[in-house]
Amino acid sequence: MTAPAKSVPSKPQSKKSGRALRNNLTAYSFIAPNFIGFCVFTLVPMVFAIALSLCSWDGAHPIEFVGLKNFADLLGDHGFKNAFVNTIVYCVGTVPLTLVCSLGLAMLLNQKVKLRNFFRTVSFFPYVASLVAVAAVWNMIFSPSMGLVNMVLSSLGVENLPRWAAGKDTAMITVILFSVWKNMGYYMVIYLAGLQGTNPSLEEAAALDGANKWHIFWHITLPQLRPTTFFVTITLTIASFKVYDQMYMITQGGPGDATMTLVYDIYNTAFVNTPKYGYASAEAMVLFAMVLIITLIQFKGSSNNN
Amino acid sequence: MAERKLSNKKTNHAITMVIIYVVLIIVTALMLIPFLWMLSASLKMNKDVFTFPIQWIPDNPRWKNYVDIWTKIPLLTFVKNSAKLTIIVTLLQLFTSSFAAYAFAKMDFKGKNVLFLGYIATIAVPWQAYMVPQFMMMRAWHLNNTHLAIICLQAFSAFGVFLMKQFYEGVPSELCEAARIDGLTEYGIWFRIMLPLSKPALSTLTIFTFVSTWNDFLGPLIYLTKNELKTIQIGLRMFISQYSAEYGLIMAASVIALIPVLIVFLALQKYFVQGVASTGLKG
Repeated sequence: MTAPAKSVPSKPQSKKSGRALRNNLTAYSFIAPNFIGFCVFTLVPMVFAIALSLCSWDGAHPIEFVGLKNFADLLGDHGFKNAFVNTIVYCVGTVPLTLVCSLGLAMLLNQKVKLRNFFRTVSFFPYVASLVAVAAVWNMIFSPSMGLVNMVLSSLGVENLPRWAAGKDTAMITVILFSVWKNMGYYMVIYLAGLQGTNPSLEEAAALDGANKWHIFWHITLPQLRPTTFFVTITLTIASFKVYDQMYMITQGGPGDATMTLVYDIYNTAFVNTPKYGYASAEAMVLFAMVLIITLIQFKGSSNNN
Repeated sequence: MAERKLSNKKTNHAITMVIIYVVLIIVTALMLIPFLWMLSASLKMNKDVFTFPIQWIPDNPRWKNYVDIWTKIPLLTFVKNSAKLTIIVTLLQLFTSSFAAYAFAKMDFKGKNVLFLGYIATIAVPWQAYMVPQFMMMRAWHLNNTHLAIICLQAFSAFGVFLMKQFYEGVPSELCEAARIDGLTEYGIWFRIMLPLSKPALSTLTIFTFVSTWNDFLGPLIYLTKNELKTIQIGLRMFISQYSAEYGLIMAASVIALIPVLIVFLALQKYFVQGVASTGLKG
C-alpha cells in the first residue's frame, strides 16, 4: 500500500486485528451455550457410538475391542433379521397409505369449504396428542372381544372378527392404521402449503378445455406437487425407520415377535436383557446407515428439483 | 341451451360440494371418535365402558374417576415433573437457539461455516442411533435418574438453531447496522431488536419444544426409573400396565395428560401450522 501505511505498519493493523478478535469472541459467546451442550450431549455420543459398535461391553466387565465381530454376528442373528424385515414392512405399509390419505385430505381442504380451520385443527390434533394416551384408547376401541370396532363389525354381520393387536397376522396392520391416523394431519399441512405454491390458472385453463376433475388432478396438480411429495416420502420413510413407541404401547412387539422393530430391538439389547452395549451400537449403526442412505437420496433429489 | 349447460354445471358443482362435505365429516368423525370415546369412558364405571350400543353421554357421569386418579397413582408428582422439565427445556431451547442463531445469521467470524456444518452433519443422525452411548456417558457422570439428564438431552437441538437462523436471515441487516452505529452492542441488538421481531419464530419453536418434551417417552423411560422422578407419560404408561382393567381411571388420566398440549396447541396453532408448512417448503 502507500508509504505512510508502511512506515507505521503495526498500529492500525493490530487495532484492526484486535477488533476482529473481539468480534470473533463476541460471536463465539453467542454460539457457546448451544454449541457446548450440543457437542457434549450429541456430537460426542455419536462418535462414541461408532467406537462402541466395534467393542464388546456388558457394563460390568472391562470394555473389549472386537473389531467387526458384532456386525458379523448380526448377519446370523434371526431376531435382528426379523426386526429389520418388520421395520421394512411397516415402512412399506405406512408411507404410501399416509401419503395418499394426507394428500386426499389436503385436496379437500384446499376447496372453498366452510369450517376449514375446524377441519384442519381436528385432523392435526392426533399428531400432537400424547402417544401413551391415544394408544390407550386405541387399544380399548380395537379390543378383540369388547372393542367398539369389533362390536360394529359384528352388528354388520361380519363373522371371524379380526383379533387386531392380538393376532399374529393383524398386529402389524393395527399399528400401521394407528400411525396413519396419528400422523396424517401433519403431512396434510405440508401438502396444503405445497398446494399454495401451485398455479391455479393452469387448472382453470384445463377446465375450460373440458378436462374432468380427475384428469386435472392427475396431469396438472400432482406434477406441480412433486417436490412436496418427494419431501413427504423422505420424511415419512425416515420416521418409519425410527418407529418403536407405537409398537411398545400397542403390541409390545408381539404377538411373538411379529411387530418387533429395529429400534425396539436396540432398546431391548441395551436396556432390557443382559446389556450388550457394543452389540446394540452395531445395530444402531445399521439404523444410521439406512437413514443416511435415505438422506443422501433426499440431497440428490432436492438439488435436482432446484 | 347455454342456460341449461350453466344450470347443469351448477348442479354438478352442488353435488361435488355435497360429496366433499360428506367425506370431510366422515374423516373428522374418525379423527374425533377416539377422543370422544376417551372422554365418555373417563366418566363411566369400568363395567359400563364397553357396553354396546355405546352410550356417549353417561346417565350418571362418574366424576369420581377424576378424584380417585390422584390418589391411586402419584399423578400430581408426575404432572409436576413433566411441567418442570417442559418449562425448563423450552426456555433453555428458546434462549440458546436464538442466541446462537443470531451469530450465525448476522455476524461474520472465523470458523462460522465449519461450526454450522457441525450442526448440519448431525441433523440426519437419528437419536436412537446414539442413545446407548449417550446413556453410558450420563451414567458415568451419575446423571441417570436425574431430571438434569433429560434437560441436557433436549435443550440443545440443532433444529432450534436452524429454525431461528432461517427467520433472522429474513430480517434486514440494515437494522443491525444502524443499531451498531447507534452504539448498541451485539447483545443489545439481539435483545432489543431481534428478540422482539422474532415472536412468530419463537412461538413456533415454543410449541414444537413444548409438545415434544411433554410427550417424550423413550428418553424418560431410559433415564428415569425412580417413581418420584417419572413424567406423566411414563407414569401413565406404568398405571396402564399395572391396572389394565381400570378402564375409567386410565381414560381419566389420559384426558389429564392431553389437556396441557391441547391448550398450548389451540393457543399457538397458527404458529405450529406455519412452522410445519415452512419445513415442508424448504425441502
